[in-house]
Amino acid sequence: MLRDITLGQYYQTDSVLHRLDPRVKLAGTLLYIISLFFFRNFIGYLIAAAFLAVVIKLSRVPFKFMVKGMKAILFLLLITVVFNLFLTPGEPLLSVWKLTVTKEGLGTAVTMAVRLVMLVIGSSVMTLTTTPNNLTDGMEKGMRPLKVFKVPVHEVAMMMSIALRFIPILLEETDKIMKAQIARGADFESGNLIRRAKALVPLLVPLFISAFRRANDLAMAMEARCYRGGEGRTKMKPLIYQKRDRVAYLCILFYLVGSICVGRLLL
Amino acid sequence: MSLILDHVNYIYGEDTPLAVKALDDICLTIPDGQFVGVIGHTGSGKSTLMQHLNGLVKASSGHIYFNGEDIYDRDFDMKKLRSRVGLVFQYPEHQLFEIDVFSDVCFGPKNLGLSKREAELRAYDALRKVGLPDELFYQSPFELSGGQKRRVAIAGVLAMKPDVLILDEPTAGLDPKGRDEILHQIKNLQAETGMTILLVSHSMEDVAEYVERIIVMNKGSVMYDDIPKQVFSHYKELEEVGLAAPQVTYILHELKKRGLDVDINATTIEEAADTVEKALKVSC
Repeated sequence: MLRDITLGQYYQTDSVLHRLDPRVKLAGTLLYIISLFFFRNFIGYLIAAAFLAVVIKLSRVPFKFMVKGMKAILFLLLITVVFNLFLTPGEPLLSVWKLTVTKEGLGTAVTMAVRLVMLVIGSSVMTLTTTPNNLTDGMEKGMRPLKVFKVPVHEVAMMMSIALRFIPILLEETDKIMKAQIARGADFESGNLIRRAKALVPLLVPLFISAFRRANDLAMAMEARCYRGGEGRTKMKPLIYQKRDRVAYLCILFYLVGSICVGRLLL
Repeated sequence: MSLILDHVNYIYGEDTPLAVKALDDICLTIPDGQFVGVIGHTGSGKSTLMQHLNGLVKASSGHIYFNGEDIYDRDFDMKKLRSRVGLVFQYPEHQLFEIDVFSDVCFGPKNLGLSKREAELRAYDALRKVGLPDELFYQSPFELSGGQKRRVAIAGVLAMKPDVLILDEPTAGLDPKGRDEILHQIKNLQAETGMTILLVSHSMEDVAEYVERIIVMNKGSVMYDDIPKQVFSHYKELEEVGLAAPQVTYILHELKKRGLDVDINATTIEEAADTVEKALKVSC
């Protein structure tokens, strides 16, 4: 039933990208996304696409997994394209009934669609090659400078990794309770909206109770192992930049400068 | 009233790279009124098999017949099947949700479309059957002890008056006393009502004393299906798949090897004590 939902989609394999320090990947993704918004001509997008293609090749993740992520934003993509296509004022190209497609509209719609698609694929490369734990570790270390401004970096990172860890557990729990209530004759699928909402009570109450119970157990287990926040806490596998990370930073920088120069200044 | 499984296969995550064969060509007949123990290591497919019996999980291939009707027939009434085949899940106390014990037990019968009066009668009856003291009926189910909660949850399924009762690890997480009490009550229930009971467990000790037939599951298929004495005689093979025969089986085998003439087929502690006593009297 609910097991089909894939969240925190990590694709297990061994590649350069998988071994890369998560901070590099985070920074790289961010810079890549920023670069997408700088281009003024299509050559920039071509360079970005080529860069993305190389990265995907390096990641050894089958391309169809990236496309899967596109399904989620299909609706958003459609709205963006349609609105830009019909609602941008400018030189009319084609007119059907009350709707007019303008030359500017066509331009913006295509640019927006390309940007969106490349943005989603780019960030899914990061999530596909980085385990959620690694990702939060990277965020924690990468955002450490924010501590100066009293941002509780460690606490936020810990909360994130716990939340991510709990998603599959709670999904499984939901599945189990649902089955147990169906076995007692509960009906989650028929009836009008009010009846269906009411039918959720036997599912939600036990689910909440179990979530609280698990949170309690976890808190107890953490305290029993002397967890008291990030102060003075060391890591078993601390993040240390390797040679390949420096090379990756250089590549990203090179891409950033090159693509923005070409995509913005040329022509 | 019988359950027949005919070449049932089930594959988890079919059509994905992570497909796992959870059930492999299961053929079983469970006649009326039998008390069956289903034993298997974690991940042997026993829980999955049980969920097939009331249609919660649909087999990838094969057929299941309940009273001669194929439950995968298009016009078969699944809801009716679920009222006839009661399934008590592992840790069933986690599904309690009502404000008091009594209304929680009423949930099942009410879903069957029974009148309020009839549902309450059944709930009362079921709670008596699991031996919950009357004064707890109107307490919140969350204030009860672990063992009491579990009884309430079992009563919740019993109140639907099923012909077949499946209990998935009903003693998991209980102390030895709570475990014995629950198992005794299940045995009494079976004697009183003559319902078919399937008791799922990973502990031989649990079932040896109570059941008349044991089905041993291993890696999704049926390894042994026989009366307890016969199954335990394979104790060496059982060990290889991570299961163990009751402790008395080991003691008796060892005694026999050391030259004491005991009956190695004894499965309960009482039987074992008898045979050891007898053997000692002869040798003295």
